[in-house]
Amino acid sequence: MSASAPMLEVQDLRTFYGAVEALKGVSLHVDPGEIVTLIGANGAGKSTLLMSLCGDPRARSGRILLEGEDITAMPTHQIIRRGVAQSPEGRRIFPRMTVLENLIMGAQAMGHDPAPGLERVFALFPRLNERQGQRGGTLSGGEQQMLAIGRALMSKPRLLLLDEPSLGLAPLISRQIFAAIKALNESEGLTVLLVEQNANQALRLAHRGYVLVTGRITMSGSGAELLARPEIRDAYLGGGH
Amino acid sequence: MAFSAALRDAAKATAIAFGLFVVMVGLRTDVSPTGALFLRTRWTELAMVCALVFAGRLAIGLWVTPRFLTNAGGSLAAPLAKAGAFFGMGLLVVAVVLPAIPGIGRYELDLAILVLTYVMLGWGLNIVVGLAGLLDLGYVAFYAVGAYSYALLAQYFGLSFWVCLPLAGILAAFWGILLGFPVLRLRGDYLAIVTLAFGEIIRIVLLNWVDLTGGPNGISGIPRPTFFGLPFNMSGDPGTFAGFFGLEPSPTHRVVFLYYLILCLALLTNWVTIRIRRQPIGRAWEALREDEVACRALGINVTNTKLTAFALGAMFGGFAGAFFATRQAFISPESFTFIESAIILAIVVLGGLGSQVGVAVAAIVMIGGFELFRDLDEWRMLVFGAAMVIIMVLRPRGLVGSRTPTVALGQKRSIGSDYVSEGRG
Repeated sequence: MSASAPMLEVQDLRTFYGAVEALKGVSLHVDPGEIVTLIGANGAGKSTLLMSLCGDPRARSGRILLEGEDITAMPTHQIIRRGVAQSPEGRRIFPRMTVLENLIMGAQAMGHDPAPGLERVFALFPRLNERQGQRGGTLSGGEQQMLAIGRALMSKPRLLLLDEPSLGLAPLISRQIFAAIKALNESEGLTVLLVEQNANQALRLAHRGYVLVTGRITMSGSGAELLARPEIRDAYLGGGH
Repeated sequence: MAFSAALRDAAKATAIAFGLFVVMVGLRTDVSPTGALFLRTRWTELAMVCALVFAGRLAIGLWVTPRFLTNAGGSLAAPLAKAGAFFGMGLLVVAVVLPAIPGIGRYELDLAILVLTYVMLGWGLNIVVGLAGLLDLGYVAFYAVGAYSYALLAQYFGLSFWVCLPLAGILAAFWGILLGFPVLRLRGDYLAIVTLAFGEIIRIVLLNWVDLTGGPNGISGIPRPTFFGLPFNMSGDPGTFAGFFGLEPSPTHRVVFLYYLILCLALLTNWVTIRIRRQPIGRAWEALREDEVACRALGINVTNTKLTAFALGAMFGGFAGAFFATRQAFISPESFTFIESAIILAIVVLGGLGSQVGVAVAAIVMIGGFELFRDLDEWRMLVFGAAMVIIMVLRPRGLVGSRTPTVALGQKRSIGSDYVSEGRG
């Protein structure tokens, strides 16, 4: 592989739910060290795309390359072991397990010693350190989101897939989460593919962005470029601003 | 209240009780046959009263007082967990010395063996339902596989119990995996239906495969277990258990031996479960119970995780089945009906999914209670059902609804079942 191979390359990906085509030939790429955001309305296929990258649901056609390696047909757990981590839609933390147990589950599939990962996550989200003995289900929404991201980071991923980290959070909390993502990207060069409905914050954070409309990429460009486009402003930023 | 403080408190209460009762109970004036009054001493009764006061006061100090304290803002979970640990140890001690307790006869031991069999089955099913969250309504199938494995291997190949015991476990585990494959994609209600059908299939096959299993007639004359090769019988030969150890031959020996055998098997199940809960695979089971999608997103191999849960749960069911066969010396498909699965599942749910002590208590209450109300005949089921309803209304998470974290960096804290319902976080 050449050194310039993208971290993630998606070629003409098609995914179906039964007969319904959710992704109609999506192509995109994410370079190492980039934050790329994928914005779009409800039902555009953003979460489907993230899940398809992990093979669940499996894409019907197209190719997914991780650093040049074809992972399209790979079992989900092996994709994760190749250095992809996903913080799934709706956070999906383990409610009856403690914060600490939740985090350890993140390192488990990789067979990592959890200690260094825990140190890193607690440094990033000190709140989780305070709450480590508490049950996941009793955390506030923002803390649960921190836990979901922290759990994904425990596998020391090279590519982090984040599905709507700002969902249902107060603006202040979601700004904290975005700041944490930015810090990870800048200090460790972590590559991030971020799915968001909050287009404004996401595009300000990201180096590049894609716009997904009913299963197709309709626009792409740098974060600033997309922010400046009137159709984006109208469709995703509430028009009047 | 701390244990030492409770102990001091109980000692004080006992001293007061002694002061009061030494004259009220310890000494008694009676009329002698000659008509004169004389003083009779009753030190045994006095000692019993004092012991009762001590135990009662200690229990109040340990368990009731913390409940009041928590109203001032403490957590009930930690003292409860401590109480649970003491309680579990107490149960274990009673179980170990049970055959030596005066007044425990053949009937009580037989009942205890039955209860322990269900404790073991409950612990086995707890792995599948309580830890991995896979609702299994056909657990009795593995019990049947274990029982028939031993019976058939003994009948056709003359293998001894000790050789057959691991084989029965392995065969049951194999059937567990066989059941696991088709149900990998199912959850909840759908999984319950398929496992229910699986249990019935095994029973109906056993019933109809007359050439192999004897059908409804069952298999009789299943060899009894030996004490490392020494059989239990009344002949008194040096080759028998009683003869070898120079004891008076007695039918109680075998019952006591069976009792300790099932106690060891049950404790093995418990020990393995407790150990595995702290291993990665055990945590993966619990995570799977909580959220399967999240497990996949974290790279957990969900297939392997489910299959190991089914296999391990089934294996302990198989051990229990082999024990059942050797104890009864006769098995037939009638012993493996759906009601057995339902009782075992009820034990696990009433005990509190995932709780080892809770399952043991639930088994004692259910099976022991069933026996206790034998005189009520057909009303028994009604009492039984009402008791289950009441328990579930009062403690919807089961008798012991808390779970202890498998790992902690600082102090370990138990986690109460209150506040959070089943839902996603």
